[in-house]
Amino acid sequence: MMTKRRELDHGLEELNELIIDMGRRVETALKQSIEALEKVDAESATRLIREDKELNKIEEKISEIGSRLIATQQPVAKDLRRILVAFKIASDLERMGDLAVDVAKVVIRLEGQALIKPLIDLPRMAQIVQMMTYESIQSYVQENVNMAYKMAKDDDLVDALYAQIIRELLTIMMEDPRTISQANLLSFVGRYIERFADHATNIGESVVYLVTGSRPDLNA
Amino acid sequence: MQTTAAQTLIDIRKLNLYYGNFHALKSVTMDIPEKAITAFIGPSGCGKSTLLRTLNRMNDMIPGTRIDGTITIGGADIYSKEVDVETLRKKVGMVFQQPNPFPKSIYDNVAYGPRLHGTHSKSKLDELVETSLRQAALWDEVKDHLKRSALSLSGGQQQRLCIARAIAVGPDVLLMDEATSALDPISTLKIEELAQELKDKYTIVMVTHNMHQAARVSNQTVFFLNGEVVEFSDTEKLFSNPRDQRTEDYISGRFG
Repeated sequence: MMTKRRELDHGLEELNELIIDMGRRVETALKQSIEALEKVDAESATRLIREDKELNKIEEKISEIGSRLIATQQPVAKDLRRILVAFKIASDLERMGDLAVDVAKVVIRLEGQALIKPLIDLPRMAQIVQMMTYESIQSYVQENVNMAYKMAKDDDLVDALYAQIIRELLTIMMEDPRTISQANLLSFVGRYIERFADHATNIGESVVYLVTGSRPDLNA
Repeated sequence: MQTTAAQTLIDIRKLNLYYGNFHALKSVTMDIPEKAITAFIGPSGCGKSTLLRTLNRMNDMIPGTRIDGTITIGGADIYSKEVDVETLRKKVGMVFQQPNPFPKSIYDNVAYGPRLHGTHSKSKLDELVETSLRQAALWDEVKDHLKRSALSLSGGQQQRLCIARAIAVGPDVLLMDEATSALDPISTLKIEELAQELKDKYTIVMVTHNMHQAARVSNQTVFFLNGEVVEFSDTEKLFSNPRDQRTEDYISGRFG
C-alpha cells in the first residue's frame, strides 16, 4: 500500500532536504558576513551578496514543490503541516539570508576604513545566533520540541548582548562625534543579527506546530 | 466521545453486531448530533456501512444477524418490540450508492411514499412533490416534465430524485450510503451542496469512501477500524490534527 504515497513521500523528502540545505547556507552566510566585517573585507562581502540569490531560488523551489503536492496529493493532518511549515521556514530562512546580505552591505560601505574599536560583542552575538540557527534546523530535522524551546531561550541572551552593544556604541559616539557614521552602521549590524535570531525562534515555533499541531509563541 | 454542544438525536450505546460468527461491530458507543452531518469513514469492512444500516434496521433482513446494545433516536429505542419498522424507515430515510428510482414518472416517485402512508389528496400531493423536489434542488430542472419517466434523468438527477423521495415522507434522519460514488464530479458537488442545505432540517449520517468528501461536507467524522470506533471528532480537528495515530495513518493514506 506504500505505492500510493510514493509521490507525496518523495515530495516531502525533497522539501526536507531543501530546508536543510537552506539552513546550512544561511548559517554559513551569517558566519562569513561577520568575518568579513571583522576584516572589513569588501571582496568577501560582495561574494556573499551574490550567493544570496541561490537562497531565493531554493525558496521558490520549496514553494513550487509544496503547491504541487497540495494540488495533486491532497495532504491532510501532519503531511499538510509539513508543507505549511516548509513554506514558513523557507520564508524565515530567506529573510535570514537577506539580513546576512545587509551585514555584507555595511562591510562594503566601511571599505578602506579602520574599525573604531575591535569587535568583541558583535562576533559573540553572531556566534550565539549561528548556534541558534543550527539548533533550529536540527530541532526541525529531529522534530524535537524540547530542542526548539531550549534554542529559543538563547534569544534572551542575544537581546541582552544587543542592548550592551548599543550602550557601548552610544558612549563611543558621545566621546567622539567623528565615529558617529561608523558606529551607526555597527549598531545596524547589531540590529540585523538580533532580527536573525528572531527568525531562528520563528523556525522553532514552526517545529512545535509541526509536531503538536498547536501554535506556541516562543518570542514571549 | 462527543465533541459539540449540539443536541444528540441518535444515541448508540455498547452496540455489538454479529453476522453469524463474525463480530462486525464491537461495543460501538456514540452520540450523533441533530441537524448536522456526521460522516463515517474507514477501510472496507470496518463496519461503517453496517452501523449505518442498523439505524433504520436494514440489517434485519440479513439472515444470521445478531445485535445487542441500544440505539435510540429522539429518545425512542428503535429495536424495541413495539417499533413498526415501516414507520421507523419513514423517519429514517436512506439514499444508496446507485440511484434507484422506481420505473415510474418523476411525480409518482416522489408521491409514492406519501400515498403509501395515506395521503391521496391531489393538491396535498402536488404540494409535497413540489416542496420535496425544491428541497432536493431538482425542481427547476424537472418542473415541466413531471410526467416523464424518472429513468430518463441523468445519474445525478436520479440521485437527487431519490433524496426528494426520501424527504417527501417527512423524515428526521437521512442516511447516505456512498450516495455519490457512482456520480461524476459535478453531480457529486451538487449532492454535497444539497447535503449542506438539508442539514438545517435533517440529521444526516453519511458513509463515504472519499475522505475528502467527509472533510468537505461533514461537521463530525467518525473513523472506524475493524468494527471499532477509533475516533469521533469535529471534522476540522480530525483532518488537521487527529488524536489517534491510526486515524492519522489512515487519512494520510498509509493504509486502507
